[in-house]
Amino acid sequence: MPILASLNFPPIGELVDWKHFGGIPGLNKTTLLVVIAALVTLGLFVAAGRKRALVPTGVQNVVESIVEFVTDGIILETMGPEGMGYLPLLVTMFCFIFFCNIFEVLPIVQFPPTSRMAIPLILAVMVWVLYNAVGVRRNGLFGYLKSQMIPPGVPAALLLLVAPIEFFTNIILRPFTLAVRLFANMLAGHLLLVTFAVLTDTLLFHNSVVFLKPVAVLPAAMDVGLTAFEVLVAVLQAFIFTILTAVYLGLSMHTEH
Amino acid sequence: MIHSLLAATDVTIGSKEVLKGLGAVGAGIGYGAAAIGPGIGIGIVVGNAITAMARQPESAGVARTTMFLGIAFTEALALIGFVVFILLKFT
Repeated sequence: MPILASLNFPPIGELVDWKHFGGIPGLNKTTLLVVIAALVTLGLFVAAGRKRALVPTGVQNVVESIVEFVTDGIILETMGPEGMGYLPLLVTMFCFIFFCNIFEVLPIVQFPPTSRMAIPLILAVMVWVLYNAVGVRRNGLFGYLKSQMIPPGVPAALLLLVAPIEFFTNIILRPFTLAVRLFANMLAGHLLLVTFAVLTDTLLFHNSVVFLKPVAVLPAAMDVGLTAFEVLVAVLQAFIFTILTAVYLGLSMHTEH
Repeated sequence: MIHSLLAATDVTIGSKEVLKGLGAVGAGIGYGAAAIGPGIGIGIVVGNAITAMARQPESAGVARTTMFLGIAFTEALALIGFVVFILLKFT
């Protein structure tokens, strides 16, 4: 006689979809959450900018500290003062990704739309187009390609080997890793939380041995701890996506080194 | 006896299950192997960042930002391994 009924881990399609959700084509949990995240970002900045107090309170205080964080922690450290023009892009990107990620631990919702490949991919393609366009506009097409493919101080004999590798990493691999980093982190966190929730449920309700039921406390406690960890991951991944965007833009802008 | 030998050598019995099991084993070993290098790498990155912060506490902010960047680049390999695991296991 089996101690445990088999662990009913749901198929992956069930974890990232929302069943029984309307009949409208194109509307599912992911798109709904993305729209909500965009609206929350918009609402946050509109609410903060409505009446500009000299001494900020409430929402204005929060938004000003976010802007300050992006200015000091991301732009000035990677691009310098001339990157201040990208402040609106980076601030909205940070907030949007953060709100998308934090849906992972929000009760009832508990699903990050960034764990579907489409959302990080579109963001990464946007970044890719932007940093290439900035580089080409600043240095011309050949100057930009030269700066991306030929690192300074490499002997000419090695260029045959180095130039294709540099081109591959800088132009092709960058958007891919940028998207996969966000996607895989959020999906891994989501799967971790699901795993321990399923384990708790199985031990508690689908368990034929009564004295094993208290063991369910262990995976439940693990789930609580992981939820706290996932909040950290949500902030960190939004930060890393934004700072990598800034680094790529900075590398396209200052090509002399 | 001949019948049982024939049955034992009949590879068509349950070959789908065997393949599925082997796929799961491969996915698990593959992800585990993919996590070794990045694990060591992140350890080196964070360890050196802590050394830098301890030696020069006034430049801890720069060290922390650079540390997160280094972690992000190192982590990419493990995450690609995780994606391969997902593809092998769930598709």
